[in-house]
Amino acid sequence: MAGIVALLAALVLTGIAAWAVKAKNGRFTHRPPSPDAEVLTATDIGAELGERATLVQFSSAFCSPCRATRILLTDIAAKVDGVTTVDIDAEQHLDMVRRLGIMRTPTVLVLDGAGVVSTRASGLPRREQVLAALGQAVGERR
Amino acid sequence: MSQPAHVDPRGLRVNAGITAVVLALVLVTPEPVDVVLLAVQVAVFAVSALVSLQASPYAVFFTKVVRPRLGRPAELEDARPPRFAQLVGLGFTTVALVAFLVGATTVGYVATVFALVAALLNASVGLCLGCELYLALRRLSPARA
Repeated sequence: MAGIVALLAALVLTGIAAWAVKAKNGRFTHRPPSPDAEVLTATDIGAELGERATLVQFSSAFCSPCRATRILLTDIAAKVDGVTTVDIDAEQHLDMVRRLGIMRTPTVLVLDGAGVVSTRASGLPRREQVLAALGQAVGERR
Repeated sequence: MSQPAHVDPRGLRVNAGITAVVLALVLVTPEPVDVVLLAVQVAVFAVSALVSLQASPYAVFFTKVVRPRLGRPAELEDARPPRFAQLVGLGFTTVALVAFLVGATTVGYVATVFALVAALLNASVGLCLGCELYLALRRLSPARA
Protein backbone atom coordinates (compact mmCIF):
# COMPACT_ATOMS: atom_id res chain seq x y z
CA MET A 1 0.00 0.00 0.00
CA ALA A 2 2.74 2.43 0.99
CA GLY A 3 4.50 1.48 -2.22
CA ILE A 4 1.51 2.48 -4.35
CA VAL A 5 1.25 5.82 -2.54
CA ALA A 6 4.99 6.36 -3.13
CA LEU A 7 4.58 5.52 -6.82
CA LEU A 8 1.69 7.98 -7.20
CA ALA A 9 3.69 10.63 -5.34
CA ALA A 10 6.59 10.08 -7.76
CA LEU A 11 4.29 10.50 -10.77
CA VAL A 12 2.77 13.71 -9.40
CA LEU A 13 6.20 15.12 -8.48
CA THR A 14 7.48 14.34 -11.97
CA GLY A 15 4.54 16.13 -13.57
CA ILE A 16 5.03 19.23 -11.43
CA ALA A 17 8.80 19.29 -11.96
CA ALA A 18 8.51 18.81 -15.74
CA TRP A 19 5.99 21.64 -15.97
CA ALA A 20 8.04 23.96 -13.73
CA VAL A 21 11.28 23.41 -15.65
CA LYS A 22 9.55 23.88 -18.98
CA ALA A 23 7.99 27.14 -17.81
CA LYS A 24 11.28 28.39 -16.40
CA ASN A 25 13.68 27.47 -19.22
CA GLY A 26 14.71 30.46 -21.31
CA ARG A 27 12.43 32.92 -19.52
CA PHE A 28 14.27 36.21 -19.20
CA THR A 29 13.67 38.21 -16.05
CA HIS A 30 12.02 41.57 -16.49
CA ARG A 31 13.65 43.85 -14.01
CA PRO A 32 13.43 47.59 -14.38
CA PRO A 33 16.85 49.14 -14.98
CA SER A 34 18.26 49.91 -11.56
CA PRO A 35 21.39 51.84 -10.52
CA ASP A 36 22.78 48.84 -8.59
CA ALA A 37 22.54 46.37 -11.48
CA GLU A 38 25.66 44.20 -11.87
CA VAL A 39 28.23 45.41 -14.38
CA LEU A 40 30.63 43.05 -16.12
CA THR A 41 33.84 44.30 -17.72
CA ALA A 42 35.91 42.92 -20.59
CA THR A 43 38.30 41.55 -17.93
CA ASP A 44 35.45 39.69 -16.19
CA ILE A 45 34.29 37.92 -19.31
CA GLY A 46 37.76 37.59 -20.89
CA ALA A 47 36.68 39.21 -24.16
CA GLU A 48 35.73 42.58 -25.58
CA LEU A 49 32.16 43.68 -24.93
CA GLY A 50 29.83 43.79 -27.91
CA GLU A 51 29.23 47.29 -29.24
CA ARG A 52 25.49 47.16 -28.55
CA ALA A 53 25.07 44.02 -26.45
CA THR A 54 26.90 40.93 -25.22
CA LEU A 55 25.36 37.49 -24.62
CA VAL A 56 27.27 35.84 -21.78
CA GLN A 57 26.67 32.12 -21.38
CA PHE A 58 27.75 30.16 -18.31
CA SER A 59 28.35 26.49 -19.08
CA SER A 60 29.65 23.42 -17.27
CA ALA A 61 30.88 20.00 -18.29
CA PHE A 62 27.81 18.20 -16.93
CA CYS A 63 25.27 20.11 -18.98
CA SER A 64 23.48 18.71 -21.98
CA PRO A 65 21.52 21.83 -23.10
CA CYS A 66 24.70 23.97 -23.05
CA ARG A 67 25.80 22.94 -26.52
CA ALA A 68 22.46 23.78 -28.14
CA THR A 69 22.44 27.11 -26.30
CA ARG A 70 25.96 27.91 -27.52
CA ILE A 71 24.98 27.13 -31.12
CA LEU A 72 21.91 29.37 -30.87
CA LEU A 73 23.78 32.31 -29.31
CA THR A 74 26.67 32.05 -31.80
CA ASP A 75 24.18 32.12 -34.65
CA ILE A 76 22.37 35.17 -33.22
CA ALA A 77 25.67 37.02 -32.62
CA ALA A 78 26.66 36.34 -36.23
CA LYS A 79 23.39 37.69 -37.58
CA VAL A 80 22.74 40.70 -35.35
CA ASP A 81 25.03 43.73 -35.73
CA GLY A 82 26.97 44.89 -32.66
CA VAL A 83 26.17 41.76 -30.65
CA THR A 84 28.84 39.31 -29.49
CA THR A 85 28.68 36.17 -27.37
CA VAL A 86 31.04 34.66 -24.82
CA ASP A 87 30.93 31.20 -23.27
CA ILE A 88 32.30 31.02 -19.72
CA ASP A 89 33.15 27.79 -17.90
CA ALA A 90 31.25 28.22 -14.63
CA GLU A 91 33.60 25.91 -12.71
CA GLN A 92 36.62 28.02 -13.60
CA HIS A 93 34.85 31.19 -12.42
CA LEU A 94 33.04 30.14 -9.26
CA ASP A 95 33.65 33.55 -7.71
CA MET A 96 31.70 35.23 -10.50
CA VAL A 97 29.06 32.48 -10.37
CA ARG A 98 28.52 33.23 -6.66
CA ARG A 99 28.59 37.00 -7.15
CA LEU A 100 25.92 36.79 -9.85
CA GLY A 101 23.89 34.13 -8.01
CA ILE A 102 23.99 31.65 -10.89
CA MET A 103 22.48 28.29 -9.91
CA ARG A 104 22.14 26.36 -13.16
CA THR A 105 23.86 25.88 -16.48
CA PRO A 106 23.28 27.14 -19.01
CA THR A 107 22.57 30.63 -17.67
CA VAL A 108 22.55 33.43 -20.23
CA LEU A 109 23.13 37.05 -19.21
CA VAL A 110 22.34 39.86 -21.60
CA LEU A 111 24.69 42.83 -21.16
CA ASP A 112 24.00 46.18 -22.74
CA GLY A 113 26.72 48.16 -24.53
CA ALA A 114 28.16 49.34 -21.21
CA GLY A 115 28.35 45.85 -19.70
CA VAL A 116 25.36 46.35 -17.38
CA VAL A 117 23.45 43.08 -16.81
CA SER A 118 20.10 43.85 -18.41
CA THR A 119 18.38 40.51 -18.01
CA ARG A 120 19.10 36.80 -17.61
CA ALA A 121 17.60 33.37 -18.17
CA SER A 122 18.56 29.80 -17.30
CA GLY A 123 17.99 26.68 -19.36
CA LEU A 124 17.90 26.41 -23.15
CA PRO A 125 16.14 29.54 -24.48
CA ARG A 126 14.19 29.84 -27.71
CA ARG A 127 15.46 32.19 -30.41
CA GLU A 128 12.54 34.63 -29.95
CA GLN A 129 13.23 34.82 -26.23
CA VAL A 130 16.86 35.83 -26.81
CA LEU A 131 15.93 38.34 -29.51
CA ALA A 132 13.28 39.95 -27.28
CA ALA A 133 15.80 40.20 -24.41
CA LEU A 134 18.36 41.75 -26.78
CA GLY A 135 15.80 44.29 -27.95
CA GLN A 136 15.18 45.25 -24.35
CA ALA A 137 18.91 45.57 -23.54
CA VAL A 138 19.62 47.71 -26.58
CA GLY A 139 16.50 49.82 -26.10
CA GLU A 140 17.20 50.70 -22.47
CA ARG A 141 20.34 52.67 -23.28
CA ARG A 142 18.82 55.08 -25.75
CA MET B 1 36.09 9.67 -17.70
CA SER B 2 38.97 11.64 -19.23
CA GLN B 3 38.25 11.24 -22.95
CA PRO B 4 35.08 13.01 -24.12
CA ALA B 5 33.03 10.02 -25.27
CA HIS B 6 29.78 10.47 -27.14
CA VAL B 7 26.52 8.59 -26.89
CA ASP B 8 23.25 8.24 -28.79
CA PRO B 9 20.71 10.47 -26.96
CA ARG B 10 17.88 8.05 -27.78
CA GLY B 11 19.80 5.32 -25.92
CA LEU B 12 19.82 7.57 -22.85
CA ARG B 13 16.03 7.96 -23.02
CA VAL B 14 15.54 4.20 -23.37
CA ASN B 15 17.94 3.65 -20.48
CA ALA B 16 15.98 6.12 -18.33
CA GLY B 17 12.69 4.47 -19.34
CA ILE B 18 13.82 0.99 -18.30
CA THR B 19 15.27 2.42 -15.08
CA ALA B 20 11.90 4.08 -14.32
CA VAL B 21 10.00 0.81 -14.88
CA VAL B 22 12.39 -1.13 -12.61
CA LEU B 23 12.20 1.52 -9.85
CA ALA B 24 8.38 1.64 -10.09
CA LEU B 25 8.33 -2.15 -9.69
CA VAL B 26 10.60 -1.81 -6.63
CA LEU B 27 7.86 0.32 -5.04
CA VAL B 28 4.93 -2.00 -5.76
CA THR B 29 6.34 -5.54 -5.58
CA PRO B 30 6.27 -7.56 -2.29
CA GLU B 31 9.14 -8.00 0.15
CA PRO B 32 11.97 -10.12 -1.27
CA VAL B 33 11.33 -9.20 -4.93
CA ASP B 34 11.59 -5.43 -4.38
CA VAL B 35 15.01 -5.60 -2.72
CA VAL B 36 16.35 -7.91 -5.44
CA LEU B 37 15.12 -5.54 -8.17
CA LEU B 38 16.65 -2.58 -6.36
CA ALA B 39 19.98 -4.42 -6.02
CA VAL B 40 19.90 -5.11 -9.77
CA GLN B 41 19.31 -1.40 -10.46
CA VAL B 42 22.17 -0.42 -8.13
CA ALA B 43 24.44 -2.77 -10.07
CA VAL B 44 23.30 -1.30 -13.42
CA PHE B 45 23.93 2.26 -12.20
CA ALA B 46 27.37 1.19 -10.94
CA VAL B 47 28.31 -0.23 -14.33
CA SER B 48 27.08 2.90 -16.21
CA ALA B 49 28.73 5.35 -13.85
CA LEU B 50 31.97 3.54 -13.08
CA VAL B 51 32.68 1.47 -16.21
CA SER B 52 30.92 3.11 -19.17
CA LEU B 53 27.42 4.02 -20.28
CA GLN B 54 27.60 1.54 -23.16
CA ALA B 55 28.52 -1.35 -20.85
CA SER B 56 25.23 -1.35 -18.93
CA PRO B 57 22.74 -4.11 -19.81
CA TYR B 58 20.08 -1.49 -20.71
CA ALA B 59 22.48 0.12 -23.17
CA VAL B 60 23.31 -3.29 -24.65
CA PHE B 61 19.56 -3.90 -25.10
CA PHE B 62 19.29 -0.54 -26.88
CA THR B 63 22.27 -1.21 -29.16
CA LYS B 64 21.24 -4.77 -30.04
CA VAL B 65 17.45 -4.50 -30.21
CA VAL B 66 16.22 -0.89 -30.46
CA ARG B 67 18.82 0.95 -32.54
CA PRO B 68 18.79 -1.43 -35.53
CA ARG B 69 15.11 -0.45 -35.95
CA LEU B 70 15.71 3.30 -35.61
CA GLY B 71 18.58 4.03 -37.98
CA ARG B 72 21.34 6.51 -37.32
CA PRO B 73 20.96 9.24 -34.71
CA ALA B 74 20.69 12.85 -35.92
CA GLU B 75 23.48 13.80 -33.54
CA LEU B 76 25.46 12.39 -30.66
CA GLU B 77 25.64 13.77 -27.13
CA ASP B 78 28.51 14.31 -24.73
CA ALA B 79 28.64 11.29 -22.41
CA ARG B 80 29.83 13.21 -19.33
CA PRO B 81 26.50 14.72 -18.17
CA PRO B 82 24.48 11.47 -18.34
CA ARG B 83 27.34 9.56 -16.77
CA PHE B 84 27.41 12.00 -13.86
CA ALA B 85 23.63 11.55 -13.56
CA GLN B 86 24.09 7.78 -13.36
CA LEU B 87 26.45 8.40 -10.46
CA VAL B 88 23.77 10.48 -8.70
CA GLY B 89 21.30 7.64 -9.38
CA LEU B 90 23.79 5.17 -7.91
CA GLY B 91 23.97 7.33 -4.76
CA PHE B 92 20.20 7.47 -4.25
CA THR B 93 19.56 3.79 -4.97
CA THR B 94 22.44 2.71 -2.72
CA VAL B 95 20.94 4.71 0.14
CA ALA B 96 17.54 3.14 -0.61
CA LEU B 97 18.96 -0.39 -0.71
CA VAL B 98 20.83 -0.01 2.58
CA ALA B 99 17.74 1.56 4.18
CA PHE B 100 15.48 -1.33 3.10
CA LEU B 101 18.03 -3.89 4.32
CA VAL B 102 18.28 -2.34 7.79
CA GLY B 103 14.51 -1.88 8.03
CA ALA B 104 14.35 1.91 7.56
CA THR B 105 11.50 1.48 5.08
CA THR B 106 10.45 5.15 4.93
CA VAL B 107 13.96 6.30 4.03
CA GLY B 108 14.08 3.54 1.44
CA TYR B 109 10.83 4.69 -0.16
CA VAL B 110 11.84 8.36 -0.20
CA ALA B 111 15.25 7.66 -1.81
CA THR B 112 13.62 5.35 -4.37
CA VAL B 113 11.01 8.01 -5.20
CA PHE B 114 13.77 10.59 -5.83
CA ALA B 115 15.60 8.21 -8.16
CA LEU B 116 12.31 7.35 -9.91
CA VAL B 117 11.38 11.02 -10.41
CA ALA B 118 14.82 11.71 -11.91
CA ALA B 119 14.49 8.72 -14.27
CA LEU B 120 10.94 9.70 -15.29
CA LEU B 121 11.98 13.29 -16.00
CA ASN B 122 14.85 12.03 -18.12
CA ALA B 123 12.69 9.55 -20.02
CA SER B 124 9.73 11.91 -20.58
CA VAL B 125 11.20 15.38 -21.20
CA GLY B 126 14.92 14.62 -21.49
CA LEU B 127 15.77 16.60 -18.38
CA CYS B 128 18.91 15.47 -16.54
CA LEU B 129 18.21 16.22 -12.89
CA GLY B 130 21.65 15.14 -11.68
CA CYS B 131 23.21 17.57 -14.16
CA GLU B 132 20.98 20.42 -12.99
CA LEU B 133 22.22 19.90 -9.44
CA TYR B 134 25.87 19.77 -10.44
CA LEU B 135 26.64 23.51 -10.45
CA ALA B 136 24.58 24.13 -7.32
CA LEU B 137 26.73 21.53 -5.51
CA ARG B 138 29.99 22.91 -6.93
CA ARG B 139 29.06 26.37 -5.67
CA LEU B 140 28.92 25.05 -2.12
CA SER B 141 32.43 23.62 -2.23
CA PRO B 142 35.23 25.96 -1.14
CA ALA B 143 36.74 28.09 -3.88
CA ARG B 144 39.87 26.67 -5.47
CA ALA B 145 42.71 28.92 -6.55
